[in-house]
Amino acid sequence: MKATSVEPTPYALELCGLSKRFTLGGKMFSKKRALYAVSDVSLRVPRGQVMGLVGESGCGKSTLAKMLLGLTPPSEGDVLIQGKSITHSDQKTLARHVQPIFQDPYSSLNPRRRIGDIIALPLRLHTTLSSQERSQRVTAMLDLVGLPKRATQQYPGQLSGGQRQRVAIARALIMRPDLVICDEPTSALDVSVQAQILNLLLDLKEEFGLTYLFISHDLAVVEHLVDRLAVMYLGRIVEEGSREQIFAAPKHPYTQALLASALTPDPSLDIPDLGLGSVQPDPSRPPAGCAFHPRCPQSSPECRERRPSLPPVDLHGTGRVACHFA
Amino acid sequence: MSNNISTGITNTSAPLLKVTNLQVKLPVAAGTLNAVRGIDFEVQRGEMLCIVGESGCGKSMTSMALMGLLPQRANITASQLNFDGAELLSLTERQRSGLRGSRMAMIFQEPMTALNPAYTLGNQLCEVLRRHRKVSRQQAKERAIYLLGKVGISAAEERLDQYPHQLSGGLRQRIMIAMALMCEPDLIIADEPTTALDVTIQAQILRLLRDLQREFGTAIIFITHDLGVVARIADRVAVMYAGEIVETADTTTLFNAPQHPYTQGLINCIPTPGKTPPGSRLQAIPGVVPSLIGEVKGCAFRNRCSRAEERCTTAPALIQATQAHAVRCHFATSPVPSTAIPCEVLHESHQR
Ligand SMILES: Nc1ncnc2c1ncn2[C@@H]1O[C@H](COP(=O)(O)OP(=O)(O)OP(=O)(O)O)[C@@H](O)[C@H]1O
Ligand SMILES: [Mg+2]
Repeated sequence: MKATSVEPTPYALELCGLSKRFTLGGKMFSKKRALYAVSDVSLRVPRGQVMGLVGESGCGKSTLAKMLLGLTPPSEGDVLIQGKSITHSDQKTLARHVQPIFQDPYSSLNPRRRIGDIIALPLRLHTTLSSQERSQRVTAMLDLVGLPKRATQQYPGQLSGGQRQRVAIARALIMRPDLVICDEPTSALDVSVQAQILNLLLDLKEEFGLTYLFISHDLAVVEHLVDRLAVMYLGRIVEEGSREQIFAAPKHPYTQALLASALTPDPSLDIPDLGLGSVQPDPSRPPAGCAFHPRCPQSSPECRERRPSLPPVDLHGTGRVACHFA
Repeated sequence: MSNNISTGITNTSAPLLKVTNLQVKLPVAAGTLNAVRGIDFEVQRGEMLCIVGESGCGKSMTSMALMGLLPQRANITASQLNFDGAELLSLTERQRSGLRGSRMAMIFQEPMTALNPAYTLGNQLCEVLRRHRKVSRQQAKERAIYLLGKVGISAAEERLDQYPHQLSGGLRQRIMIAMALMCEPDLIIADEPTTALDVTIQAQILRLLRDLQREFGTAIIFITHDLGVVARIADRVAVMYAGEIVETADTTTLFNAPQHPYTQGLINCIPTPGKTPPGSRLQAIPGVVPSLIGEVKGCAFRNRCSRAEERCTTAPALIQATQAHAVRCHFATSPVPSTAIPCEVLHESHQR
């Protein structure tokens, strides 16, 4: 991980003990208290791979994504992109390396700007290309994401959801970043359009040798797309490993429940009985010990008292799990 | 608890709900939106019918039309909208609101649209029952506690004093289910009831709904865009596209031998673990849904259909493939001679 080595790092992204603390309350009668949206996350994503990030609503996935994009500073820890800490890089440098694709193609595009200007904006802000060079790059990019040339003159409101997501992808890739953070890129889209966008993301990854951090609630999509998977629960990674390892033999009880609850369209199967407690905890008052213990079918007294730690990342990418029983 | 509102002579072999040629038109700035374009379906007593389709296909409009909850400006027509012997469109608004919550109840995607943030859960649950039945406050409370237990909410007595915002999304959805069951309705319409929930919570809610449906013999129209949910929960499925029902079948037939190219496309475009090789290209349906503003000519799916030809410019009739399987497509066959199945479909169904 040292920047002194001559060999370029094999990781597009490294997170070292990353945490994000928000302060809640403090107004009127409520007492101030801390909410750890992300706690002590360490993760490495090899270059050219897709790292999936899953976990229930509010577990901290988007907060993690925002730290990687430099949109919010970490409270503790560091983010390395291509081996360099982003803490001291400026927006310009960061924009060359990492770009986002968000869930909602409706609100992430400025409705009053033409598509051509939306896609060219990062080039205007962060490069010295002439306007002619910029428009060449935009036209080439439109073609790559499967939009007609005339789209440059249109406004977001004139496009369908799928087309808008293509615009968002074009805007993300125009800077030729190494790393793309996809935060639920297809969950606002219709099923029949989702496949078009997933195919496009796969093609572009090949074309540009991209690395993706892919956040999603859809486990079938995750299994289709990722090389590795990290499972988050209440701000912490509870399990991480290769796709094959995790989908074939999930070790953490939360991962097991999560995978069991994915409903494949097979009418011969029943609705799974997870044997899981249904009360989702309050992130500002996380349970003591293992945060999952109140819902865990296997919890023991030890789980209530002592938090299981996640082993450190190793060079071989061995699977890791934070559970006393694993 | 028996129903004291009856709309007709209950004939237990007739379908509970029979819909024929239901159309919903909405005036919009650009003209008339033909949201529902003449659909037919039936719901049997105690049956779970799933209506599946993508955004804007008319599935929510259909449920709102059945409940009588569409805005005044909506133009609703039907040859038949028959609920247990009563023609819904000829009832007065008073009679219809007498049915709502009592004999037909609704569960929404976002429970906060139906729960009042200013009243306790106990108040709201009891109110539903007392509006429709002559029961004492105490009896209503007992039923509320009984049902909260049924939907898996512990410490039910204490919960009655809580307000909706004090609960998680999953708990609120359980409250909605309990509320829908208060008057023991014959029909529940559940419109994307688990879409906003996490998958682990979704699985728990779906199991609960299915178990209660069996226990109480309630018919459910379950509206969703998620084929995984449909496969696990439905007895029968109606697939909607652009305001029409394009295919109906029992669940096994729909997934194992779909005939409409749209149904086939929907099933094939989602990655299926164990069947779709990871990282491979998915079989996307090209193009987008047509606009429903103004008249739609011919088959609405033809601009995205790989099999479209000249005759698809005329609207296809509903073809009865078997008694329980109907398809709105010129290519549908009845009964299916094995040679008439296109090879790629045959190939698919062997794989699946
Ligand atoms: N600006 C903020 N101030 C205070 N709390 C916040 C803030 N942003 C996020 N949180 C809290 O941090 C936690 C993590 O939120 P985050 O949006 O990262 O979750 P998520 O995993 O992306 O959820 P979803 O799947 O619903 O998108 C939540 O409890 C959220 O309420
Ligand atoms: Mg998020």
